[in-house]
Amino acid sequence: NAIKRISKEKLLATLKLWGDHGQEALENAHVCLINATATGTEILKNLVLPGIGAFTIVDGHTVTGEDVGNNFFLSYESIGKNRAQAATELLQELNSDVSGNFVEESPDKLLDNNPEFFQRFTIVIGVQIPESTCLRLGSVLWSASVPFLICKTYGLIGYMRLVVEEHTVIESHPDNALEDLRLDQPFAEFKNHIESFDLDNMDKKDHSHTPWIIIVAKYLERWLSEHNCQPPKTYKEKEAFRKLIREGIRKNDNGVPEDEENFEEAIKNVNTALNPTKVPSAVEDLFNCEQCKNITSQTSAFWVMLRAVKEFVHNEGSGSLPVRGTIPDMIADSQKFINLQNVYRERALQDATVVSKHVENLLQSVGKTFATGVFLSHDLLLFCKNASFLRVVRCRSLAEEYGVDTVNKDEITSYMDNSDSEMVFYLILRAVERFYQQHSRYPGVYNYQVEDDISKLKLCVNSLLQEYGLNVNIKDDYIHEFCRYGASEPHTVAAFLGGSAAQEAIKIISHQFVPFNNTFIYNAMSQTSATLQL
Amino acid sequence: MTEGFHIWICRRMLVYLVCRMAVDAGHRDGGCDWDGRWNHVKKFLERPGPFTHPDFESSTESLQFLLETCKILVIGAGGLGCELLKNLALSGFRLIHVVDMDTIDVSNLNRQFLFRPKDVGRPKAEVAADFINGRVPGCKVVPHFKKIQDFDESFYRQFHIIVCGLDSIIARRWMNGMLISLLSYEDGVLDPSSIIPLIDGGTEGFKGNARVILPGMTACIDCTLELYPPQINFPMCTIASMPRLPEHCIEYARILQWPKEKPFGGMLLDGDNPEHIQWVFDRSQERAAEFNITGVTYRLTQGVVKRIIPAVASTNAVIAAACALEVFKIATSAYIPLNNYLVFNDVDGLYTYTFEAERKENCSACSQVPQDLQFPPSAKLQEVLEYLTENASLQMKSPAITTTLEGKNKTLYLQSVKSIEERTRPNLCKTLKELGLSDGQELAVADVTTPQTVLFKLNFTA
Repeated sequence: NAIKRISKEKLLATLKLWGDHGQEALENAHVCLINATATGTEILKNLVLPGIGAFTIVDGHTVTGEDVGNNFFLSYESIGKNRAQAATELLQELNSDVSGNFVEESPDKLLDNNPEFFQRFTIVIGVQIPESTCLRLGSVLWSASVPFLICKTYGLIGYMRLVVEEHTVIESHPDNALEDLRLDQPFAEFKNHIESFDLDNMDKKDHSHTPWIIIVAKYLERWLSEHNCQPPKTYKEKEAFRKLIREGIRKNDNGVPEDEENFEEAIKNVNTALNPTKVPSAVEDLFNCEQCKNITSQTSAFWVMLRAVKEFVHNEGSGSLPVRGTIPDMIADSQKFINLQNVYRERALQDATVVSKHVENLLQSVGKTFATGVFLSHDLLLFCKNASFLRVVRCRSLAEEYGVDTVNKDEITSYMDNSDSEMVFYLILRAVERFYQQHSRYPGVYNYQVEDDISKLKLCVNSLLQEYGLNVNIKDDYIHEFCRYGASEPHTVAAFLGGSAAQEAIKIISHQFVPFNNTFIYNAMSQTSATLQL
Repeated sequence: MTEGFHIWICRRMLVYLVCRMAVDAGHRDGGCDWDGRWNHVKKFLERPGPFTHPDFESSTESLQFLLETCKILVIGAGGLGCELLKNLALSGFRLIHVVDMDTIDVSNLNRQFLFRPKDVGRPKAEVAADFINGRVPGCKVVPHFKKIQDFDESFYRQFHIIVCGLDSIIARRWMNGMLISLLSYEDGVLDPSSIIPLIDGGTEGFKGNARVILPGMTACIDCTLELYPPQINFPMCTIASMPRLPEHCIEYARILQWPKEKPFGGMLLDGDNPEHIQWVFDRSQERAAEFNITGVTYRLTQGVVKRIIPAVASTNAVIAAACALEVFKIATSAYIPLNNYLVFNDVDGLYTYTFEAERKENCSACSQVPQDLQFPPSAKLQEVLEYLTENASLQMKSPAITTTLEGKNKTLYLQSVKSIEERTRPNLCKTLKELGLSDGQELAVADVTTPQTVLFKLNFTA
């Protein structure tokens, strides 16, 4: 138990970000890394530290002097050993709670002999792997529904591609989420609660300790009765509404307004408080998905719960999502705040209970039965609380990206309107792979090759553009720059990608926060980046 | 601005070249390198390219400069610092100093990857330096288990570039002020060779930023003080009389009950002592029960007492990588450095944004413009004090105000020494006129946010 406590204590700073259930997901995850290059070990380092359950490194390479030069998790003594084994030893040492494993084989060999090998993992991360291997592995993982994250550091360019058919997110943790206060359509218990306040006949202390939500609700009632039930909408109306609230501030015997911070808070919050309650369009779109419409016995919990929420919105919710049940902190005395908080909390619980009934009915309709109440679980409460923020990420497959008929030409050509956009690096990386296929080496690895390889790489660029019928212009300078890189993997770029890729993997594993979709390019020369849909 | 930036880079290279020649004449220590070791770095130093800095010349000597001459100071050996040391060491830098005043805490272990459970309690700088020097042959990280304020100008002047990985804005501002104080001006013209570039990284949760500062030339920390949100503390009256959140209850136990009830024989509250946390947790629960507040947990108590900021290895990795790369660009001229601010956020997808933060014309740290204070003679000293702490572009912490009256130095108010605070406290309620101050009077203000006193000119308004 003491050990458990220590291991939780070292996680205090991360538990604040993804909670115990996120941590549990991490601890149950088994991550596969292909190739323990600098980029690969940096990614794993950032997953081992917060405590994934296990990792397995697949790497058939032998450690070279060059490998040790840019990789913190290989040492001089490891030169000549298998790279998977050497890196596993030094990564394992970071965190004894993590189980480290290695396979001394190339991914191609595994794909030849045992393609099922890769299906056991929570996510497979492929680093510095050639295109042919990528496509083979991509199709195996796609059909097994295993998320695949491809990473490449090439000189000062970082590349990542996420391949996942469907990734659902309940807790997206948006940065600036609007509160769900229902001031525009107060539910019965909230209405009663508002009525229990009489601002005009309160003593001074109570008046200055009434939560701003109540103040706005009170003055909104008055405004509605004076304006044909129309809430303030325009800037001018909102200003007038603020003025109305300000007039409610108590005055002392000399007619000077008292210092009532709760009223100041009310005035400050008018804009957000008057935001009409509605189902966000992103959630509406999810309601209209096939997965939400056709519930079968195979449907995942996410879609069943989503459908149940949809039923709630169309029936008991009268067009609104279940009440979220949280309010922000505000000036108020303890009792008034807690009472108001409880009004929202209790309603949220009631709404979730109704949603759980829908879940039960849905499950019954597809022949699954559960004891009553079993679905008012922590998961469902969390789902209802996050109903406005639900997200589903769908990436295109590699086959679609590479197919001559399915390539996203529009995305490419519109980015290439600016010939310095990050898209140019994507195209040259593709051409570099073409070069590799033709010459069995990367361009410009040795100094003497650079000049000659520029024209060879240019041929590859042109044949790529031609094959896909892309009418775009790629500057020679960029082709030259890639030959200069000579397939180098500078540690700082590897480390940047190591941090970014690890976080994307954590998103996939924890189903919290929103992963990128679907290609990320980092340009370390200018410290810029772009996310492309390919 | 950008042109000046280029000229500066050019001048720095001259300084470097001189250093380099000195090295060439002297010894060469490449004994611990093996075949292929620097191949990944050499491509950027030994090959010309279309996107290099205009002054860049490819040569085999640049690597020697990194390995043998270029001296880097890393401030902070925490989440960012550990990453920075690794990144610099694997980019070819060997003469690295690191300053950190902290010792290792259990809660650091999930991201500060140079530390192990056996190191808890030891100085971060020393453990980090030992680890790097052991793992990266030839690297000579020199640790300093000290505060940045323990060093003077002569210490800081020895470095070519300084990188900060700090979580304190005050320390950042102090460092910024120190580098500004090293600048020399001749007839108002900045001598570029006196500039030491400052690369600064910061992270919180999934957000971070990296910036390049050329003191005296580009926006400094104080120029952009508005970008840092003021730290929010719970108001005392909320904690004392109307708690609403579980955190309010914990703060009550920590700030008010602990000093009053003096548990454990009057010991100071130690966040690493489980019995202490348990005591605060029990009191907080009682308080929460009294007000029907839910959500006080042992872990939340720990988080509040130890002031744990959400942090994750991956964001530190990203920001430290960007910072180290900028150090490399400046040291080698291989590329034009970031001009001058990068923002990173990976909550929803991956987002970066770069922009040029602008210098503030009247920045109190770097502008050399005398600072004006506009007050009526009837204003009280207290109001001046509040202005210095609350103004968004000053944000001082405990300013000490002195002036010269009738040829004598006079301390108007000073907080940090108890006896002087008591003696000068009555001045706060006096008006500026009562204190004998006149229009145009110079006030010297010292504060923890700067190593130098800031001079203000008092302008009386009607």
